[in-house]
Amino acid sequence: MTRRIHPGLILFAILVYVFLMGPLVIVIGASLSDTTFLTFPPQGLSLRWFERIFEITAFRRTMLTSLQIAVLATTLALIIGIPAAYALNRYRIQLPLWLSTLFVLPILVPEIVLGFSLLRSVAVGQGLPIFSTLLIGHTLLVLPYCVRVISASLASFDFAVEEAAISLGSPPLKTFFTIVLPNVKSGVIAAFVLAFITSINDVSVSLFLTGPGISTLPIQLLAHMEQFFDPTVASVSVLLMVLTVAVMAVVEYTLGLSFLARKQE
Amino acid sequence: MHRLTGWALSTPATLAVVLFLILPVGATIAVTLTDPRGLLAPYEAFLNSRFRRTVLWRTMEIATVTTLAAVIIGFFTAYVVSRAPPRLKSILIILAVFPLLTGVVVRSFAWLILLGRNGLVNGTLIWLGITDTPIQMLYTQWSVILAMVYLFVPLMILVLVGVLETIPDDVIEAATSLGAPPGAVFRQVIFPLAVPGIIVGAVLVFTGAFTAYATPALLGGDRQMTMGTLLHQQAMVTLNWTSASTVAAIMVVVTVVVVLAMTRIARWLNPAAT
Repeated sequence: MTRRIHPGLILFAILVYVFLMGPLVIVIGASLSDTTFLTFPPQGLSLRWFERIFEITAFRRTMLTSLQIAVLATTLALIIGIPAAYALNRYRIQLPLWLSTLFVLPILVPEIVLGFSLLRSVAVGQGLPIFSTLLIGHTLLVLPYCVRVISASLASFDFAVEEAAISLGSPPLKTFFTIVLPNVKSGVIAAFVLAFITSINDVSVSLFLTGPGISTLPIQLLAHMEQFFDPTVASVSVLLMVLTVAVMAVVEYTLGLSFLARKQE
Repeated sequence: MHRLTGWALSTPATLAVVLFLILPVGATIAVTLTDPRGLLAPYEAFLNSRFRRTVLWRTMEIATVTTLAAVIIGFFTAYVVSRAPPRLKSILIILAVFPLLTGVVVRSFAWLILLGRNGLVNGTLIWLGITDTPIQMLYTQWSVILAMVYLFVPLMILVLVGVLETIPDDVIEAATSLGAPPGAVFRQVIFPLAVPGIIVGAVLVFTGAFTAYATPALLGGDRQMTMGTLLHQQAMVTLNWTSASTVAAIMVVVTVVVVLAMTRIARWLNPAAT
C-alpha cells in the first residue's frame, strides 16, 4: 500500500532527522568528557561530571525544588482539571462553549507574560511567598494538558455505563471513583507524566518566580552557563533526557505516542 | 440540576484561571493603559526608543523566518513520515517526540557547544581549511534562528503528520492516474488538504518564537536582544515595570492578532473545514 516516494524527499527527511538527533548526541558525548572544558570529540571518557552534579549544592537544591513543584503542580492541576474535564464531557450540552476555551487559555497567553504578571500581582501585590506563587504558575502551566488529555480519554467513555450504575442504586460520587475513573486511568497517567515533564522543563514561567534560596533546575542551569563552560550542564542535560525517555515509555504504554501527533488539533 | 452540577464541577478550574491568569495578565495590560503621562504614553515611549524598536523588529524577523523554515522543513519531512510503513512510522514519530519533550535549555545548550569559538562547527571548518580563525557564530541573529528552527521543527512534524495521515492514498492515486505530475499532486492536492494543519503549526511556532526566552538569552545574549529577553531585562535588571508591562502587553496583542488572523485565513482558504 505504501506509495513510492521520490528518493530526494527521503534523503531530505533523513537529513532532517540527523539535524534533530545530532545535537543531542553531542550533548551526551560532552557529558562523558574527561576535560574541564567543553570539547568535542571528548578527550578521554569519564563519569566525573555526573558525580560533580551532586557535589554542587545549587544543583542539588534546585533539583529538589523542581521535583517538588512538578509533583505538587501536577497533582493540583489534576484535582481541579479532572472534575472540569468530566463536566465538559458529561454536561456538554448544558455548558457554554467558551468554558472549554477558558481552560486552554494558558496556552494562548505567552508563558513569560504569565510569569511576569504573577510576580507583579500575586507575589508582590498580594505578598504571597515565592514558592507558592511558583506553584500557582506551574499549576496553570500544566492545567491545559491535564484537561485536554483527560477530555480526550473521556470522549471515548460511554456515560450510559455510569448511568446504569447510578440507576441501580450506586451513589454518584462512588460511581465516579469505581466506574468512571478506572476507565480513564491511562489518560490520567499520561496527563500526569506529560504535565510533570512540562513543569520540570519550564523556563519562562519560573524565570520571574525565583527568590532568595528558591530556584528551579532549568533557571539554575541558565545561571551556571553564564559563568562556567564545563561539562556539568551536559551531564544534567543527559539526566533530563533519561527522564524524557521514561516519560515517553509511560505515554507509549498508556495512550500510545501517536496520540501526541493528534493532540495539537 | 444537571446544569448546576456541571458548573459546580468546573468551578475550581475556572476560578484558578480567572484569579491567577486573567486578572494578573489583565492587570499588567491595565498598567500600560492608565499611565499618568497619558493614554498610550508607555507605547509612545516604547516606539520612540530606537533600541526597543530594533528589538521588536528583530523579534518579528526571527519569528517569521523561523516559522517559514519550520513549515517548509516540517511539511516535507511529515509527508515522508506519514507515508512510511507502520513500524518505521512509529519510530520516526518517537524520534520527533523525544526532542519535543526534552527541555528548551538542553536543546539550546546543544547549539552552544556546536557554535562556540572552539565548538564542533568551527573545529570542522578549521580542519577542512575553510577558515584559519574561528568564525563568530554565537550571539548573531542566525544562531538564534538556527536554534529556534531546531526547537520547533519536531512540533511542526507532529502536527503535520496528524493531518497528512488523514489524506487517503486513493486521492493521491487518483490524481496521479489522471496524469498529474508529482509536482502538481503536491501543489494542488496534498498541500491544500494540509493547509489547516500548516496554519495550526505556524501559529504555534510564530507565537512560541516571538515570546521565547531561553534560546535568545543563551544564543543571542545582550547583543541580539528579543522581546523575551527585553522583558526580563526591563523587569529584573533596570526594574522599570511599566516598560516591562508594555513589552508584555505587546506580546499578548501580537499573539492574539496572529491567532485571529490565521484562523481567518484558514477559514478563507478552506471554508469546508470550519
